[in-house]
Amino acid sequence: MTTSLIDADSLLAIDVGEINTRAMLFDVVDGRYRFLAMGSAQTTANAPYNDIWEGIRMALDRLQTVSGRVLVGEDERLISPTRTDGAGVDKISATISAGKPLRVVAVGLLEDVSLDSARRLAATTYSRVVDSIGLNDRRKMEARVSALQRLRPDLVIVAGGTEGGASQAVHKLLDTVGLACLLQPESQRPEIMYAGNTMIVDEVKSALENIGSIHVSPNVRPTLETEQLDAPQVYLSNLFRRLRGRQIPGVVELDNITGGNLLPTASAMGRVIRFLSQIYDSSKGVLGVDVGASATSVAAAYSGNLSLRVHPQLGLGEGLVDIFQYFPVEDVNRWLSVEVSNEYVRDYLYLKSLYPATLPATVEDLEIEQALARQMLRLAIRNMAAESGQLGMRFNLGMVVGFEPILALGSVLTQAPLLQQSLLILLDGLQPLGVTTFVLDQNHITPALGATAALNPILAVQVLESGALLNMGTIISPMGTARFGTPILRVNMKYDGGNEIKLDVKHGSIVVMPLSIGQTAQLHLRPLHRFDVGMGGAGRGGRIRVTGGALGVVIDARGRPLRLPAEPARRRELFKKWQKALS
Amino acid sequence: MLAPITHIHPFTSIRRERLLPVPGRVLVRKGQKVNSTDVIAEADLSPEYLMLDVARGLALPAQKADQYIQCKVGENIVEGDVVAGPVGLMKRVVRSPRNGRVVLASDGQIFLKLANPPFELKAGLPGNVYELVGDRGAVIEATGALIQGVWGNGRVDSGLLHILAKEPEDVLQIDRLDVSLRGSVVLSGHCFQREVLAMAEELPLRGLILASLDHGLIPYALKTNFPIIVIEGFGHLGLNSIAFKLLTTNEKREVALNAEPWDRFTGRKPEIVIPLPAAGELPVLREISVFALDQTVRVLRAPCPGKIGKIVELPAEPVPLPNGLFAQSGEVRLENGNIVVLPLANLEIIE
Repeated sequence: MTTSLIDADSLLAIDVGEINTRAMLFDVVDGRYRFLAMGSAQTTANAPYNDIWEGIRMALDRLQTVSGRVLVGEDERLISPTRTDGAGVDKISATISAGKPLRVVAVGLLEDVSLDSARRLAATTYSRVVDSIGLNDRRKMEARVSALQRLRPDLVIVAGGTEGGASQAVHKLLDTVGLACLLQPESQRPEIMYAGNTMIVDEVKSALENIGSIHVSPNVRPTLETEQLDAPQVYLSNLFRRLRGRQIPGVVELDNITGGNLLPTASAMGRVIRFLSQIYDSSKGVLGVDVGASATSVAAAYSGNLSLRVHPQLGLGEGLVDIFQYFPVEDVNRWLSVEVSNEYVRDYLYLKSLYPATLPATVEDLEIEQALARQMLRLAIRNMAAESGQLGMRFNLGMVVGFEPILALGSVLTQAPLLQQSLLILLDGLQPLGVTTFVLDQNHITPALGATAALNPILAVQVLESGALLNMGTIISPMGTARFGTPILRVNMKYDGGNEIKLDVKHGSIVVMPLSIGQTAQLHLRPLHRFDVGMGGAGRGGRIRVTGGALGVVIDARGRPLRLPAEPARRRELFKKWQKALS
Repeated sequence: MLAPITHIHPFTSIRRERLLPVPGRVLVRKGQKVNSTDVIAEADLSPEYLMLDVARGLALPAQKADQYIQCKVGENIVEGDVVAGPVGLMKRVVRSPRNGRVVLASDGQIFLKLANPPFELKAGLPGNVYELVGDRGAVIEATGALIQGVWGNGRVDSGLLHILAKEPEDVLQIDRLDVSLRGSVVLSGHCFQREVLAMAEELPLRGLILASLDHGLIPYALKTNFPIIVIEGFGHLGLNSIAFKLLTTNEKREVALNAEPWDRFTGRKPEIVIPLPAAGELPVLREISVFALDQTVRVLRAPCPGKIGKIVELPAEPVPLPNGLFAQSGEVRLENGNIVVLPLANLEIIE
């Protein structure tokens, strides 16, 4: 039963990641919600513990030590609600990304329509589509049934039939699914999610409910031209929670203490991004990226329309062993400012996939890890370009256009030794165009805020406004054609105190203009040689008000798209030069 | 901080749960003695089906065709058996083209589950069946030396151990493999040549234990019909001194290899068992620990992957590494006497 978080004063948020489990405390200070403290520990979903509560308890122990607040009673249970002596918390929320991706079979009518939508729906959570079955599937029925049984999917997503549209064809598809389930022992049958023509729901239920566990969601493709993932995504999140509860001991208990509100981490991040897109500049979208061990997730929202993509194949953990299916080793090596062989990079990846919880202890290994993060972001962004409409256009050519702010999470970004390294990973990986702001979630609180936002939006808003997320700085990235070394942007920054900086930025360079956190200034940009800074077209400049970030104002004039020298030594020199320019 | 453990132990009691991935048939009984290659359970992992369109075969409407179906659900059918008919003057019949079992018979169709060889779950180690686990498998109990690896190709076998590695970093060359090794389990250091694995298969060997394997050989190694267990990892890594000593002192002994892949969720790792007769009370290996002083550890990654040492200091606070990262670390005295500061996340206990 869902419980309300309204009127709650304190909140404990738990996030169970693939490698780390975090416990975060939020409470009211001086009349406003604030993020107070965090404790973290290793996630214990795997052997020898096989119970996430071991890791949760250790994270809570650390949180108690750091915050000075007693959260766990003598009976080893969480104290909730808060006691008169101040011990405990009023409410608890939780998110999870730990566990292997769900194995999903996508079933739909037409390849480019409902089947694609079923796959895109699956991609909104931690899952892998292991097979697809459509009307045009050339396999005989018995071969499809055999495949469904052999693959042992956790979930079958059935899409197809616009509203009032095809029903016979849908029934034909359901025959295959139903037969495959019928021929399996009950304990082995997958969950079935029906996200097709809602006019035939009763028939679908009567055909399948005695065979399998069937869940009906709104139609993912109500018309040929319209794809609707929002509502089905919520159903999918619920199914994810249910399946995880069966797969990982301790998850059911975690879900229970949140009142049935356990969310996949990526979905929770998506909620925050959607929320921010509704309160910030409506001419720009908001982007969130999370580069983690289990997946790289991208959430892009524009005026409340969210597109969420979770890529388990692009995680920095066990899945690295298969990464060269997606790009060659040279694509990693090209980002390194130190000389290492392709062999060394491959060996690193295989070792990291064997030991995903290990840390890079050498300069070379750290560079490889950061290079990998760049590649994961590049690939994830390219996948977003396949989105239709406005959102797809904003990822055209593998660059990111028209998003502000861009929120970033993931230990490879937040635990980098230097903030400049985190910024370079984001700039190289996302290659934003125009003017944007990067915000770094150093404490991984974004999913926690998403998990509570729907029930206690005040907490989410106040914590976001409190400076709990680090403003890295305003980034200006011009795009155009000129020889390297040519001045392409004239910048005039007038501080509120009256001082002024004027400079000409050369093509190929990266420049930092100092502006402290909280400090504001007026920035006048005048592109030269018809460069575009996103102010209305090539050559058009203008004035913007900027607020300082940890790295000030950064002008990334290295070119879009970023083209690296083919010669490795020259490339390494350039990386060192850029790193120096930012420090 | 919680510490992962890898077991490399000269003499211990070992209990391993061997389970089918799906319910099946358990073929052993409690207390039964088994060899490592004995099949203890079997299941249909890759079912194959065949649909016989009886209505079409008999040229009848579906409902009418049902009356002429001659087999029942659950019945075993042999290739050539009449499953429907006869109908009409020409006595039309439908025959089964394959062996199988009838799983559905209605609406003018017969669905057959074809008789394919089942997946066979082997014991994986020589010992006794300690207990049965429903319709999934059994727990096998043994005593002996235990060496866990990090990668395996999924095969199970056993044989006499031959040591080809004079040093832990030795590279396995093709000219070291000859007919005298036929049927053996061979220990060597690093392998990077496909021809070596091909020769091993041709001899054939009964197993190959390597310190490390070139990652380019993984696809080939997965297809060989003998078990390959890698103890350290990928790239050119030498065998750690503890495993090297344990294995070399057991040359010419029977060893059992269960090269199942490392599954982090269940904790199952590829394992080498050298069976030894039980004598008195044996140490029970623990699976849960935290890092502490004087523990023997193995370094998992650069700067000294595969090296063995002892923890001599455990700073309370995170320390900066050479690359600027801050991490909870330990000072480890390696076997060469050097002391290095390494993240605890990059260590595992060896015991």
